Amino acid sequence: MLDHIDLTRLIFGRLSWDAIPFHEPILMVTFVGVMCGGIALLGALTYFRLWGPLWRNWFTSIDHKKIGVMYIVLGVVMLLRGFADALMMRAQQAMSFGDNAGFLPPHHYDQVFTAHGVIMIFFVAMPLVTGLMNFVVPLQIGARDVAFPFLNNFSFWMTTFGGALVMASLFVGEFARTGWLAYPPLSGILGSPDVGVDYYIWALQIAGVGTLLSGINLVVTIVKMRAPGMNMMKMPIFTWTALCTNVLIVAAFPILTAVLAMLSLDRVFGTNFFTNDLGGSAMMYVNLIWIWGHPEVYILILPAFGVYSEIVSTFSSKRIFGYTSMVYATVVITILSYLVWLHHFFTMGSGASVNSFFGITTMIISIPTGAKIFNWLFTMYRGRIRFEVPMLWTMGFMITFVIGGMTGVMLAVPPADFVLHNSLFLIAHFHNVIIGGVVFGMFAGINYWFPKAFGYKLDDFWGRCSFWFWTIGFYFAFMPLYVLGLMGVTRRMSHFEDPSLQIWFVIAAFGAALIALGIGSFLIQLVVSFLRREQLRDTTGDPWGGRTLEWSTSSPPPDYNFAFTPRVHDNDAWADMKANGYERPRTGFGSIHMPKNTAAGFIIAAISAAIGFGMIWHMWLLVGAGFVAMMAAIITHTFNYKRDYYIPADEVVRVEGIRSSLLDSHV
Amino acid sequence: MSEISTSSAATTAPMPSSRFYVKEHHPEHGTLLGFWMYLMSDCLIFASLFATYAVLGRNYAGGPTGAEIFDLPVVAVNTSLLLLSSITYGFAMLEMQKKQLNRTVLWLVVTGLLGAGFIYFELSEFIHLIHEGAGPQRSGFLTSFFALVATHGLHVSFGIVWLITLIFQIKKHGLTPENGRRLMCLSMFWHFLDVIWIGVFTFVYLMGVLP
Repeated sequence: MLDHIDLTRLIFGRLSWDAIPFHEPILMVTFVGVMCGGIALLGALTYFRLWGPLWRNWFTSIDHKKIGVMYIVLGVVMLLRGFADALMMRAQQAMSFGDNAGFLPPHHYDQVFTAHGVIMIFFVAMPLVTGLMNFVVPLQIGARDVAFPFLNNFSFWMTTFGGALVMASLFVGEFARTGWLAYPPLSGILGSPDVGVDYYIWALQIAGVGTLLSGINLVVTIVKMRAPGMNMMKMPIFTWTALCTNVLIVAAFPILTAVLAMLSLDRVFGTNFFTNDLGGSAMMYVNLIWIWGHPEVYILILPAFGVYSEIVSTFSSKRIFGYTSMVYATVVITILSYLVWLHHFFTMGSGASVNSFFGITTMIISIPTGAKIFNWLFTMYRGRIRFEVPMLWTMGFMITFVIGGMTGVMLAVPPADFVLHNSLFLIAHFHNVIIGGVVFGMFAGINYWFPKAFGYKLDDFWGRCSFWFWTIGFYFAFMPLYVLGLMGVTRRMSHFEDPSLQIWFVIAAFGAALIALGIGSFLIQLVVSFLRREQLRDTTGDPWGGRTLEWSTSSPPPDYNFAFTPRVHDNDAWADMKANGYERPRTGFGSIHMPKNTAAGFIIAAISAAIGFGMIWHMWLLVGAGFVAMMAAIITHTFNYKRDYYIPADEVVRVEGIRSSLLDSHV
Repeated sequence: MSEISTSSAATTAPMPSSRFYVKEHHPEHGTLLGFWMYLMSDCLIFASLFATYAVLGRNYAGGPTGAEIFDLPVVAVNTSLLLLSSITYGFAMLEMQKKQLNRTVLWLVVTGLLGAGFIYFELSEFIHLIHEGAGPQRSGFLTSFFALVATHGLHVSFGIVWLITLIFQIKKHGLTPENGRRLMCLSMFWHFLDVIWIGVFTFVYLMGVLP
């Protein structure tokens, strides 16, 4: 029987030279560009001998601060990819009218909008959100790290390797042409026989495991590791939103895992979960994916709400207005986010009573959200507002998000939804809340906590440029889509016949160009700030007059965060300490117990990516070997019992001494 | 994790203030809570599979029904093996608390063998069904049946691998607090699978043979 086994097929599966898109000039030029950039980067790392430090201090680090920074770097890098897709779509739609077919053939255009959605949600918004939570939460609650530091590193690498698979699909094979949620039967093996949907499935499965584990990690961190005195109702709002978000992650991501596994079984083994014949039900997929998908959007927005709460309070120099109502609003949103999923497919035909139930629950969500908006406004009322860059983003958010929220309530009305469903109105709505809510929040957060992470502030001028380009660009890019949507233009079209629509798409493309300038300004801001870091240096550790515990540490904080664990008496713990004559301890330091760095997370995640690649291309030998290797790596890791070490007291004394002299020299 | 000893530098200077900070703070260990949360997330995977079975479970597509293919006596034996293995795991935990290393290992071995027996019966059921033409590709009912039962079986198999690993680890390092925590996690995992199986047995097999 042995001669029946085709060894080439066993090793390479479906992969052949045909999978490399030699005939696609856009992809080949991109490929050459990426290779040149990549080789330059790798060359620079080698030339400056940075591999060792990078590996030892970052890749294998279990320090929540460094992992948080790495998440944000991942998010920003993927933002560039996702935004390149956006520019291509805007350009295509602006020119592809009548006889002009544009520059993207439909099968490529379909991949572009799918990749854009998947990348922006999973590999931009999620890493940015997770990165901020990772960096900030332990500092805000007075902890030295997260509950499971190794798991944290592992989660990061799973997310990263998931992203790497999506990127690989650009040059090896192709990506899904199904839209970002890959509804069957289109995503089934009959509708999409190629590897695109498999790339989609395995990228999300691998990243999803990382997200789930980081969710568990942060929940346990917040529940178990708060500083003494910080009861639940004394936690900073950002920590509250992080808690709710991570509860949502734990309660939502398993459903994604399950539903994608089922889709995968349908595709590989010919089972009948979502097929049209033999008793499958495609509606089952749509329900399950949105039971994950709706909480997902709250997973993204809640931490952004937390960021705004911190910023409004800090830059108004006031305690947050309505702390208790803020907490309850967050919790109510968390619960309600599970009761609205059907509003994504009112048109599926569930009947009037089911649709009205989900329409009403959807409208109810706007109540706690509205309460939050009023709380932020009342916090600003009679505050001493400082219009620094983070505050600009926050105010831009408040206006933009309210517009997006109102169009959301419009879509929540089932009869209206029957008209607006799948139109550009919907596209405008969710970009309005995701850009105006999540993206603005992440830029606000990055500007706000950057000095904490790196020890110097971000440049003000380029920050303002970035804000204004983004905000104005957003309105130019998406307000036309509302208009087009109301005219009945559907989403995901690569070509239009009616020339009267073209002007709106041209305006939208202009908006996208402004946003490109906004992103460019942000990158310039990073470079300029680095060059001017001596002028922008934060010596106090509290550059904004902050109110929560992260500002009581030096900038950047020492590895162990707090030499002594703070004792909390008030929900603005650091403001309370400053107001009541806190003096920083300068003696009495002891050794500190810390977890050790490890490469296990990187290795296991890399093996998972290899297995995923094997599954995509049906390389069964690679899958089998990878599975064995992964089990071996995990079991080997569990045999490692020496995972911690002590930072010696002398080292703590030295680090704290540096801070003392820095503080003394800048009185 | 061992207690942290204060070093020499710590004892020399008096604490300047205590309103704002504490000398040493030992947060409770979060492993069990974290593992419990993992179990709940796993429970949601099963919930999705149960929901799918609830929707697709009667879509026979002209193929066999549950009443035609389920062999209840075999499943009853299977179920009792798994339930028994939960009891024997409980005995292992009792011995662990008495610090009886060998007896702990003994009961763990018994647990693992019962689990392996469960897997054996399940696999033979699957092979039998596939030979009869009632494989997972046959109908929506069989797809969701195989997915649910096999996911449970996969969990039990990983549990057995974990069990073997743990036996080596407690042989090597003894019943340390760390190993105790690991045994506790596997214990929760094992009992959790038992609870899931009771759901499978009731909803899939017992209700499946109803007319």
